[in-house]
Parts: sequence; structure tokens; C-alpha cells
Amino acid sequence: MTDLETPGASVIVVGGGVTGLSAAWWLARSGVDVLVLDKGIVGWEASGRNGGGASHYHSPLFAEEQRLWPLMDEMLGYSTEYRRERVVFATNALHHQQYQRMAQMCRDLGWRVDDLDPAQVREFVPLAGDNVVSGIHLRFGGQANPQRTVQAYAWALQDRGGRILQHAPALRIVTSGGRVTGVETPRGRFGCDHLVVAAGPQGEALLRQVGARLPLAPARAEMIVTEPAPLMPVGGADGNGLYGRQTLRGNLAYGGGPHEWMDIGPAGPERRPSTPVLRNLSRRLAELLPKAAQLRVIRSWAGVVENTPDGRPVIDRLSDPGNLTVATMSGVGFGLSPASGHAIRDLVLDGACSFADLGKLSIKRFVDLPEDWRERAGWTPTSHEEGLVGLRL
Amino acid sequence: MTARGFDPKAQAGKAPNPSRHVEVLVIGAGPAGIAAALAAVRGGAEVLLVDENPVAGGLMGLDVPLYYGGRYTGAVQAKARMVEPVFAAKAGLAEAIEAGVEIELGVYCWGAWVPGQGLASLPAPVAGLADEERSWLVGFDRLILAAGARDVAIGFPGWAQPGVMGARALESLLTVYDAFSGRRLVILGSGDLAARTARLAVGRGLEVVAVIETQPAFRVADDRFPAGVERLAGHAPVLASGGIDGVERLTVRNLVTGAERTLACDTIVEAIGLTPAVELLDVLGADLAMQPRLGGHAPVSPDGVATSLPQVSLAGDVAGVDQGPDAVVYRQAWARALGAVGGDDEVIVCQCEAVSRAALLAVRQPTYLGPPSEAMAARGLDRLLDDGPANQDQIKRLTRAGMGPCQGRRCREQIALTLANAANISAETIPLAGYRAPVRPLPLSVLAAWDEDPVMAATWDVWFGIKGQWTPYADIGTDREALYDGLFGGDMHL
Repeated sequence: MTDLETPGASVIVVGGGVTGLSAAWWLARSGVDVLVLDKGIVGWEASGRNGGGASHYHSPLFAEEQRLWPLMDEMLGYSTEYRRERVVFATNALHHQQYQRMAQMCRDLGWRVDDLDPAQVREFVPLAGDNVVSGIHLRFGGQANPQRTVQAYAWALQDRGGRILQHAPALRIVTSGGRVTGVETPRGRFGCDHLVVAAGPQGEALLRQVGARLPLAPARAEMIVTEPAPLMPVGGADGNGLYGRQTLRGNLAYGGGPHEWMDIGPAGPERRPSTPVLRNLSRRLAELLPKAAQLRVIRSWAGVVENTPDGRPVIDRLSDPGNLTVATMSGVGFGLSPASGHAIRDLVLDGACSFADLGKLSIKRFVDLPEDWRERAGWTPTSHEEGLVGLRL
Repeated sequence: MTARGFDPKAQAGKAPNPSRHVEVLVIGAGPAGIAAALAAVRGGAEVLLVDENPVAGGLMGLDVPLYYGGRYTGAVQAKARMVEPVFAAKAGLAEAIEAGVEIELGVYCWGAWVPGQGLASLPAPVAGLADEERSWLVGFDRLILAAGARDVAIGFPGWAQPGVMGARALESLLTVYDAFSGRRLVILGSGDLAARTARLAVGRGLEVVAVIETQPAFRVADDRFPAGVERLAGHAPVLASGGIDGVERLTVRNLVTGAERTLACDTIVEAIGLTPAVELLDVLGADLAMQPRLGGHAPVSPDGVATSLPQVSLAGDVAGVDQGPDAVVYRQAWARALGAVGGDDEVIVCQCEAVSRAALLAVRQPTYLGPPSEAMAARGLDRLLDDGPANQDQIKRLTRAGMGPCQGRRCREQIALTLANAANISAETIPLAGYRAPVRPLPLSVLAAWDEDPVMAATWDVWFGIKGQWTPYADIGTDREALYDGLFGGDMHL
């Protein structure tokens, strides 16, 4: 690739995942000149390789997410395949107990949950079988198509005058006088007044360049996809240790189960293997939806998720340099993206989020974290032999 | 130095227990696979040779693993009864058994893994096998992949009906299954593959009505084709038509004069190109590279045997079939000629997802989403290409082309050729659309780990099991936080 004569922008967003693109789109909606730099193709990592869930009720961004999702197709101008609500159902007594607790927690948070008997579950989820014990119907939340949504953000951003430069990994944050002044890439140096880092696992190394600590541990998580089945009244149907959805096309896309911790360089994951865990996923899906047991599995995939030490997002505008905002969503980025982009826009333009308190998502909570926190947690690549020892203890 | 922690929810320590282990696993019992198995067993190794033939009739109907085009007799529907004829047809299997090779027919290999990047927890190489009832895992020291090659298909008006098929599939139905149901063939292509296909067909008593080449000249000498077979260079198929049983005739056009002729036939055999069956190699993470002479994305190998993975070697056509340095250029010329014939709206490139060539080129959203928004209607391939080089996996996400149950076997190469022609670039520059396990479309109930390790079940979590991750925001940092510990088991996040 040759150096480009592309000018910089008022705001540069590093990372064309769902969070960075939503932030850029929100900024462009406010008339800001914005440029997104991505190491490869937009939405190529976890933003386009996830379960599509939009039901993260524990998050301070959730109310705004719920307000926005039903409007997103119209606001973006492109389909996200958003569908409302979810059904979670139990096929054994333990799951029944756990889902009842989950329902109570949601009710305590002010969200409506209806209890379902087995017949009602099968009405909403016709692929369910005679093994249903009970269900809960979340009258909120939902799901969308990650791949279509991420492209929708990118296109909507362009439609509002924003620019995206793909295949342009951020190598260096350029600073001067305590402020970020630009970003260096193999395709040239781009100046900016404000920088947003939403670079997934690559964010940690970038932030270190400006003396900020963003502790992240990347891991691989797997999903399987079946051939299409007739559309069910509720596409977001979970249980039996699985999360997932029926796509609008009819495919069942489900994940869950063990992950694998990875070390990832600045270029991103070399590979994203999925493993024989697809057999364990297949089993759980065949148990959860017995009437789908004859459906063929046609694909699997793995997405690489960056996790913070407490598993909670970071959305923060730094104090030094003061013109740098950072976001990493620790596994819940897709569903919250309509709201996370709004929050980042507010932080960049107004210095504070207009619709939620984000104080507990500050990067400052990690200042005293020991350097070797990943080793202490066991969040580093681990061999089978080490695993056997660990599981025996 | 602090003690290293351990994450019980991670994969480490839960690697699947293979139900057995073999020293050498050979996938594919064609001549090369049998020879490799024989050599290994004579070298003193314990050898298991598996071959997916006879495949289930249902998979054949999806054109898996080859492009059968529905031109098989009802005999293939009774898989159990096909085992004996398939065994008998594969010369050398009896000798292999005699030499001590263990053989399983009708067994699919749907995945294979070796320890490596992103797979630190995998203790040893393992392959996933399955029949129609169940799946199991086999550990191996060495894997010899003899998966062969498959046909490159290119669409034209009427191609998406029974009777349009690939040359390799024809060969398999004739020589392995003895279950080909056609009689009168038209062959597309004029290279070595087309010539061999014509000779095979005539040798089996079939009628070859004509051999069609879109380019001005044939790629191999006329005498390579059986005498009496009409050879039409500079002609393109413009419409296959027929009835409920598929193709009954093919209309071809003289690309110079524009004159059209209709040929009575029941089968149209695409013999334009072969591409190595690299899907298991891609799942394994072996290095693949575009090697036009070898037929497309082929394993990187110094000698046609070794791969970038020390545990995995190649035998036979999976290493690539030499089709000349311009093999991909030739295919692209065919795709250009068929594109020029027209019918973009009616040529269904991806049959599983019903994506037409027009829809592919317009990056049109799938029909289940209804009419596109104004903004979507204004988006097309041109604008996507302005933002970056053509990438089949990206376009697949948007159009669904290649996302169906045949796992892209019918459309993978032609999507790349079509994109390359639209972008006016060489198809050799289009990255490989990735393969994922299971590389055969098998039912949930078959793939399911009914033999699951109890430790897997005991430590299963919907997500990562990070303590406190799902604590409601208001409760973070309060004494209510402890309430959530263990409250939901491994089933909190859904």
C-alpha cells in the first residue's frame, strides 16, 4: 500500500468494529469530520463474529440501547435485522431455578418478564420439545445480525460524510505538548484534534504509548450455525448453557462453553480456529431444540473477544492526554453499540455522557492492578497438561 | 513471582478424548490414498484409511462433496447397499486390507486439528469422523490427506436444474458408484479434463453430443477427443431447458456470428477446471496460496507431499492438478463469456440461498428483508470496491452468496470469478473464502458429543464465567455485589 495524501480529521477513530463505527456515526450525525482507521475490513473481528444478542440489562447503557434498537434501521438507513424480545427456557430443575432468579433480577431492575409454562414456550419456540420444564419471556432485549449491522454503521457513517480507511492499522499515536495530534499507519500519518481508541485487543498496546493502562486479555469463543428452519415467533431463544438466535433467514446460530485465552500481536489474530467443541455445542442445541436435531450444521466460527479483568467495559475520556477517549466492551459490544457510540460521542464533544453515569467504567479502576494479572488469573494461553492439573485441584 | 492462576472455564484440560488413536490416518481412498496407506502400512505403521463414499443420498442432493447435479440413479439412496459396490470399484482396497490397512467406508471426515496458534489447549492432533448415526474423534500421529479435487462450476441460464454437473462428479458416478443416470452429454470446456471426460463417457457407452468451448480455440488437440464428437469452439451455452427431470436440451450460441443451435441432451458436464479440495487443510491451518497452475488455492508444498504442518502430508490431487499456468485465466475467460451472454437476473449463482448474479453484483440484500431502503439500493459492488479490495467473505455476509448448506461448493469459485470480472482484476488476487468445520454438513444429532466428558459438563458456562461481570451497574461497589456470586451457576448471561 502506498502512502495516501488523505488529510486527517477532527476526530479519528481507531478500530472499525461495531463500537468504533457507532461512535464515528454518532459524531458524523453531529456534523463532526470523522475518519475511521481499521487494520483490515470493518467488522472483521468480534463485531462480526458474535451471537447478535442485545439484552445486556446489567449495563448502564441498557436503557438507551433499548430505546435505540427499534429505531436503528431507520436511523442508519440500512437493515440490522433487529428482532425484539427473548425467551429463556429450562429443560431441567436446576435451570428452572436459575432462570427464575434471573427473571427476578430483571424485574428488580424494572424490566418486564413473563413466566411461561411448557406449552407457552413451545408456542414461542416451536422447535422446543417435550422436555421443557418452564420458561421466562423477556419483554425487552432482542437480537440483530452482527454482520449486516456493522456494515450498516459503516455505510451510514459514509452517507453522513464520514470516512473509513481499511487496511490501515494504527501503529503509533503521535503526541505533542501532552495532546494527541495524530496517528501513524503504514498508509500515512493522519492528524486529528481528538482520538477515539476502540481497537479491541490492540487497544492495550496503543494506550501504553501514551502512558495509560488498559489491561486486556483476548480469548476465542466459538459458535455453530445450522441450515435454516422455519421462522419461530421468537428468534432469541436461549437455554441449556447456550446463547444464540434464529436468524431472519432461519439459521440457528448458537454458542457457549469453554473459551481459549490467546496472545495477540498488533496485526490481530493470526487464526481464529474453532474446535471439536462444536460437538458439545451440537449436543446442547439438539437437547434444547429437539425438533431441530436433524438440521445440518453448516458452519462454525470463532470470535476473539478482549476481556477486562472484571469483565466490564471501559468507556472513558482520559485526563492525560485529555483529547483521547477509549472504549472496550469486554464481550458485550455488539448489543450495546447503539448506546456506546452515543456515549462516546458525548464524551468526545461534551466531556460527559448525557444519558448515563459511566463512572464505574473508568479506566482508573485498573491503576493498581499488578503487572502479571493475566498470569494470576490464569488468563493466558494454557496447555492441556496445565489444564489437567488445574481441574484436578 | 506469584502463583499462576487457573481458569476452570477455559478449554485447557478439557480436550476431547478421542475414542481411539492411530499412527497414520488417511483421508480418501482414491488411488493416491490407497497407495499412501499401503506404503505406510508396509513401513510398519498402524494405518486407518477412511473414505466418505458411499455418501448419503441426501448429501449427494446438496452436491456434497462433488457437483453431482442430480444425475444419479435411485441406487445411491440406499447407502448401506452401496458399500459393497463402492468397495469393489476401488481397485486396491482388497490388497490394502490384505496388507493390514484398516478401512472404513461411508465415513466422513468433518474436521481436523493440530496444536498451534490459538489452540494451545489441544494436546495432540485429532480428526473428527462421522457416519450417518454418530460422530467420533480419532487421534493421529500423521494425517495423509488424499481428499482429491472438485469441479469449478460456472452458471449460465438454466444451469440450476438437474442434469448440470461437474466432470469429477461424473467420473465418480461412473467409476465408483456405477449410478450415473444420464445418456446424452454435452461437455463444457476443451482442456485435458474435458478430453478425458469425453473419452470416459464414450468408453462407457454414453453419447457425447458436443464439446463446447467459449474461447476461439480448443486447449488440447482435437485428437485427444473421441472421434465423431462435435467440437464447437467460440460457442457459449445460453440456455439449458427441460422438464421435471431436468435438462432436455441446451442452446448454444456462436459468439462470432450470433447464430444459435439447440442440442438435445440430458446432461451438461462442466469440465472447465478442478480445484484442490482444501477444506480440511484450511481448518487445520495449513498454508494455502493461490497457485493457478494447480487449480486455485492450493496447499503450499515443496514437493506435492509435505505441507506447512509437520503432522500433515498430501497424496494425489489435493496437492493440485496441473492445468497449465493459465488455468485461472482460462476460467475467468469462461466466466466473462458466460457473463456476456447475459441473464444476470435469472442465473442463480448461489443455489442454496437463491442469489442471482445480478444480486451478487449489486450487493443486494437478501429477499427475506423485502425491498431495500433507498440508501441500500444505492449501494453496489462499485462502492464497496472503492473502500477496499474485493473480498468474498465480506460480500457473502451481505448477499448470503455461499452461505447455504452446500457450504459454497457450487458457487465459491464462480463468485470469485464474477467479482474479479466486475472489478476488472485477475481472479488470482481474490482471497480464499475461508472454510470452517464441519466441512461436511452433518445433522446436530450426528455431530453431538453424546459421549461428553463429565468435566466438560461440570465446568460449562454460557459465557466466560468472569466473577461480577453481570452485576447490575447500580450494585457495583456496593455490598449487594456479593448477592450475585453463584446465584445463576454457569447460566447467567444469555
